[in-house]
Amino acid sequence: MNDSNSDKKKTNETDETSAKEFAIEIVDLHKSFKSNRVLKGLNLVLAKGENLVVLGKSGTGKSVLIKCVVGLIEPEEGSLTVLGENVLELKDKKLNDLRKKVGFLFQSAALYDSMTVRENLKFPLRTDPSIEEDEKEALVKEALENVGLLDAIDKMPSELSGGMRKRVGLARTLILKPAVMLYDEPTNGLDPITSREISKLITDVREKYKTSSIIITHDIACAKITADRIVVLKDGVCLTEGTFEELQNSEIPEVRAYFE
Amino acid sequence: MDSSKKKAIHEDEDNGPWFPMLFSFFSEMTSLTLFTAKYCKNLFIPPYEINELLKQCYFVGYRSLPLVGITGFIMGLVLTIQSRPTLSEFGAESWLPAMVAVSIIREIGPVITALICAGKVGSGIGAELASMRVTEQIDAMEVSGINPFNYIVVTRILATTLMLPVLVVFSDVIALAGSFLAVNINGEVTFTLFFSQVIDSLAFSDVFPSFIKTFFFGFAIGLIGCYKGYNTDKGTEGVGLSANSAVVLSSLLIFVMDMIAVQITDLLF
Ligand SMILES: Nc1ncnc2c1ncn2[C@@H]1O[C@H](COP(=O)(O)OP(=O)(O)O)[C@@H](O)[C@H]1O
Ligand SMILES: [Mg+2]
Repeated sequence: MNDSNSDKKKTNETDETSAKEFAIEIVDLHKSFKSNRVLKGLNLVLAKGENLVVLGKSGTGKSVLIKCVVGLIEPEEGSLTVLGENVLELKDKKLNDLRKKVGFLFQSAALYDSMTVRENLKFPLRTDPSIEEDEKEALVKEALENVGLLDAIDKMPSELSGGMRKRVGLARTLILKPAVMLYDEPTNGLDPITSREISKLITDVREKYKTSSIIITHDIACAKITADRIVVLKDGVCLTEGTFEELQNSEIPEVRAYFE
Repeated sequence: MDSSKKKAIHEDEDNGPWFPMLFSFFSEMTSLTLFTAKYCKNLFIPPYEINELLKQCYFVGYRSLPLVGITGFIMGLVLTIQSRPTLSEFGAESWLPAMVAVSIIREIGPVITALICAGKVGSGIGAELASMRVTEQIDAMEVSGINPFNYIVVTRILATTLMLPVLVVFSDVIALAGSFLAVNINGEVTFTLFFSQVIDSLAFSDVFPSFIKTFFFGFAIGLIGCYKGYNTDKGTEGVGLSANSAVVLSSLLIFVMDMIAVQITDLLF
């Protein structure tokens, strides 16, 4: 009697600790747009400190998935836990507080075209009155230095190349020192050399900022550099998962297609 | 190509063209009402974006001055020249300044200025917001914990609401100057005589209602521009569509509001 009780307690404890190990836990996520069913019961976990690559063809709902994570899109069904909080139940202030801990690099970098690079980077800091102006300037410079673009500080976004825009976008999300990073096709539309630089930057970001990341891509070279683990999406569910080497030797034709 | 077009037309007929049109009209009106309600609510919710508001006032107001000034001047000039023959037929040429002043201040100044601003400012807001939506800039603000509605929409609607009356007053003054010039083309009227006639002809019931309605015109321009831009959903193509429909809808709304304003003024004064 006593024994089984303590046993139960033990398993409970391990359950709790293992729950804390996850940065993101997605269970049975459903999302459709009118008749277009995009996510059909997707399950996914992101461990703390992990770089998880999500592979999938265009239109499989990769962007929809990570937009659900930050509450930009509301799923119909399923549960979504980010840094221990249930995203679907959070409102206004609490949701915004969580969003500040989650960095999101958009597919198009989403720089504010009417502002200079400096103003772009300062923008996320504007709601925090505790940071002094000099301190903001220092944070901006630090973030730009980390992506190697300090000279571009006074440029307008329209003057930057695609790779530079991605880096500025990355610097802008890093300025809030996020615990989780979500990258939406970070190397999309870039040449192989710039792609490799961005991929290296993603691994550097993990070292420096101790982030856990989901990296969405269909660029296998990027996956090779950044991934600890790869999940392949197809038709709104996970087809398979494994390390880069495991998937390289996979028998599944959809997975093989990426490595050819 | 041709056959597919025919087919599309045919399908519309099958559904009956009226039902979908009415349905989309009412659903559009519902979402516009909700958008307006959200604006009214967010107007009082912090953060108040004062700096952005001033910047938008500068864009809406100061940047429109040349256009509004030129059109106002021509408006006054043309109206005076066109009215002169009719008035002189009745031997009432001396009424010219008074008649022009009343028509400009009561009706033509507010409506023409509002329509010009719908074209310039409304389309600009529609296109800007739509491209921000399409390039995910609005989403980017949202995920960095900033309320994009307060920052983008509230400031712009407030700016147009506050700036349009200023622009209308400016345009009215310039139009009267244009009229003064036209009066002087065939004849001699001194500056003081012209303006004393203008001021004598205007009553409180001419000036006040038409000033109040310009706030509503400004509100309509900002609201429709923001609504169309903020809710665009057709990718890059949506940018042009939003700008276009912002102008069309806000111009229409200006006329409707003007009609209502005239009825109310008629009842009250
Ligand atoms: N806001 C939206 N409204 C309607 N349909 C959408 C929306 N966002 C995405 N979709 C649809 O969801 C599907 C998946 O899109 P997305 O997640 O962007 O694909 P990807 O995997 O290439 O990132 C597409 O078919 C797209 O048409
Ligand atoms: Mg995508």
